[in-house]
Amino acid sequence: MSFKTKMNNFFKGVKDKCVSLFKSSKTKVLKKPTLNGTKELLIKNIVPIMFIVIGIIGVYFSKFSAATIVNEMLTRLARNSFLVISLLIPIMAGMGLNFGMTLGAMAGQIGLILITDWGIVGIPGIILAAIISTPISILLGWWCGMILNKAKGREMVTSYIIGFFVNGVYQLVVLFMMGVIIPIKSEILLPRGHGVRNMVNLQGIRKSLDNLIPLRIGTVNIPVAAFILIALLCFFIIWFRKTKLGQDMRAVSSDMEVARASGINVEKTRVLSIIISTVLAGYGMIVYLQNMGTLNTYNSHMQIGMFSAAALLVGGASVAKANIRNVFLGVILFHLMFYVAPYAGKNLIGEAQLGEYFRVFVSYGVITIALVIYEVSKRRENRIEATLLRESTEGEKNA
Amino acid sequence: MSDNNIPLLEVRNVKKDFFGNVVLKDINFTLKEGEILGLVGENGAGKSTLMKILFGMKEITETGGYEGSILLNGKEVKFKSSFDALNAGFGMVHQEFSLIPEFTATENIVLNRESVKYSFASELYGDRLNTLDREDMRKRAVEAIKKLQVNLDENMSVSQMPVGYKQFTEISRELSRDGMKILILDEPTAVLTENEAESLLQAMKRLKAHGIAIIFITHRLQEIIDVCDKIIVMRDGKIVEDMKNENINIRQIAKAMVGREVSQVQNENSAQVSNNFSEDETILEVKNLWVDMPGEIVHDVNLKVKRGEILGIAGLAGQGKIGIPNGIMGLFNAGGEVIFNGKKLPHNNPKECIKNGLAFVSEDRRGVGLLLDESLEWNVSFGAMQAQNRFLKKICGIIKWRDKADIKKTTERCIQALQIKCTSSKQKARELSGGNQQKICLAKAFVLKPKLLFVSEATRGIDIGAKALVLDALKKYNKESGVTIVMVSSELEELRSVCSRIAVVTDGKVAGILPSSSSSDEFGLLMVAGHEAKEAV
Repeated sequence: MSFKTKMNNFFKGVKDKCVSLFKSSKTKVLKKPTLNGTKELLIKNIVPIMFIVIGIIGVYFSKFSAATIVNEMLTRLARNSFLVISLLIPIMAGMGLNFGMTLGAMAGQIGLILITDWGIVGIPGIILAAIISTPISILLGWWCGMILNKAKGREMVTSYIIGFFVNGVYQLVVLFMMGVIIPIKSEILLPRGHGVRNMVNLQGIRKSLDNLIPLRIGTVNIPVAAFILIALLCFFIIWFRKTKLGQDMRAVSSDMEVARASGINVEKTRVLSIIISTVLAGYGMIVYLQNMGTLNTYNSHMQIGMFSAAALLVGGASVAKANIRNVFLGVILFHLMFYVAPYAGKNLIGEAQLGEYFRVFVSYGVITIALVIYEVSKRRENRIEATLLRESTEGEKNA
Repeated sequence: MSDNNIPLLEVRNVKKDFFGNVVLKDINFTLKEGEILGLVGENGAGKSTLMKILFGMKEITETGGYEGSILLNGKEVKFKSSFDALNAGFGMVHQEFSLIPEFTATENIVLNRESVKYSFASELYGDRLNTLDREDMRKRAVEAIKKLQVNLDENMSVSQMPVGYKQFTEISRELSRDGMKILILDEPTAVLTENEAESLLQAMKRLKAHGIAIIFITHRLQEIIDVCDKIIVMRDGKIVEDMKNENINIRQIAKAMVGREVSQVQNENSAQVSNNFSEDETILEVKNLWVDMPGEIVHDVNLKVKRGEILGIAGLAGQGKIGIPNGIMGLFNAGGEVIFNGKKLPHNNPKECIKNGLAFVSEDRRGVGLLLDESLEWNVSFGAMQAQNRFLKKICGIIKWRDKADIKKTTERCIQALQIKCTSSKQKARELSGGNQQKICLAKAFVLKPKLLFVSEATRGIDIGAKALVLDALKKYNKESGVTIVMVSSELEELRSVCSRIAVVTDGKVAGILPSSSSSDEFGLLMVAGHEAKEAV
């Protein structure tokens, strides 16, 4: 089979997927007798549609071959999906986007720094890093959740700021305690005797998960093991929704007071959702960094929360509702834009900086738009429901 | 089985004070298995406090508990929280719904008591990681609904239910608890229509047959007489009457409640209803009106209102009677033609309606009617200020200031005229009781000096004394200033005591207009006419 046919098939698949996504949402909307179905559809999916348009334009001007783009997208899917999925559970518990996932990312990084120092390589290294990160994530997640329980209704902004605060603590640990209190012996330690270098080379574990089960089709590398791990995580999320705890989270998300009156421990449920999210974010960060191959000790985690949240929103999620489909669509669209924008910018106006500018501008922009749209569509839905009710009763009358 | 001599529940000498302010004293009563106890009293008589004590609510424990003792099956119990009460066999349905709107009836009925299937993860992380057994949850929900024998779809989402169904869902939830022996219903019928209330009363009788004891709190005295075995009347924190339901009439209970003679609203009153309206002159004409309002069906309403009359709009809940004023006033999306004083009114424009001389006292007094955290002065003057530029004085011809003196004077006049109980005109609306809040809503509408006033469910959830005052105020207002009033109410008797004509709304249409002297049967027939027609098809 030639590579071209495969690519065509892939694109057809993506296209079908997009079409089916639209169809599914379309039929959903059309079932509700709205006054202007197409407009509704557009407004509901404005963010994904915008990114599809930007993506198509970008791909055209970047002059990349299909193989290059597919290769890059698969890499980025494997790299980022885990992190984005970690955001799903707090949304389910009604706590919005958990920007506090950076806490987990820091825990993951501490695990990676330690195993690099100890010289443990390959899959055992990754597993050990995950094991080290888990208790730190649980502790940080518990603490973060406790604070968020005191800031109900303002979880997003609070978790965002907690991220900055814990970054300070992280710097204290990594910059001053490591080498003094926490023994670090390898060359990642700064010559002065304390503090970890700005860049830690993770060559011991670089791509060891991605390349665990090698698969190469044409020029496209597929990180099978990473995808298997992500698939397992997806199954976990689906299973989790069906558990008692998942049901409790939905109840808490919908009405805290009613949930409390029925005996659900609202606070504990919310804290648990943040702990799960933080632990998953820690693992996600390890998956992310083993693919990158280098750890930017003081910066890698800084924007991970925002980029993950933006990707999820690009996939059509809102701060109150998100699913696995949103994760994958979002990662593909968001990173497609990331990847092609600099080259498109260079080819168009000879300015690669455009891409970097886009990266930050679009991330913040998309979060802002998603927040606004969430409020607007909430009102819209109320109106649609009213229309639905009226027309259904009229239908009854006619029948 | 408990001994017949030992009552299921006995309350002995219960006393409760909030920081020295005694709200309950010398409360003694007993309740046997399968007995229905009617508890009546005006607002503030102490009913709710007593129920909170029985149910172990934290408002009681946090304010120093109570004196006296509560005996369950002869043994003294002391609940630390409402969960203790639940475990002991109490069930309570509160006035406000305690349901999760996005969940189905089933999910709400078994909320936090879901059936689960074993999952391995629960060994490691505890029971909450067992997966839900949806089929068994459904079975349990259906079983509970069956006890009530109501027609409730267990898969329906609560957000799409009419009010009555929500109430049934709540009761089903209490019934689905194992060992539930005493059910407390706090004004369950207040939000229901007569028809829904009737099926609830039937359901209560069936529960009684199952041996469940019920404490039933309501303002509708006829219901008490219909279903209760025993009636307790409370006044000012004391039990003033504890009687068997034998040869008792509404008048007796009402008298005990308020401690003064109330003129029972009866048909003979309708003779006194103002007839000072002109037969021919139409002030408001509604043609083919439809309204988009959640939970209400309004389509194709045609109605003519005569100048100066009090027109009643009756009908069962959800049939569209509430939707009509809301639609005309533009609070919900509406269509069709509304002609007021010969002028066509725009849709969805409340301000224009008010400018044209319409006013509306909403059934949602806490949501739409009042600015709860503002003073009474603000509440009374707000509408007129916004829509009619009144209570404003110009300084230097440009800047508009509020005329505080005028606002205060007007508000005080209203407080006096409507006998509103408050500390001053600066008190916050939230602090007033339900009846007084309703009067503020009326005052707000009166201040607008409307030509036509819509009053929607003006007496819902307020006690008998306040009810009479509100109705009298409306009658007086109509008589003195010749204002046309369109009054929507679920209580037919109330409409018949005030209105000259009553339009019955069924299935979103006006099924007919009757003079209020018509017999109850005729009204009843019109109210169910739509249902019968549907069944025939």
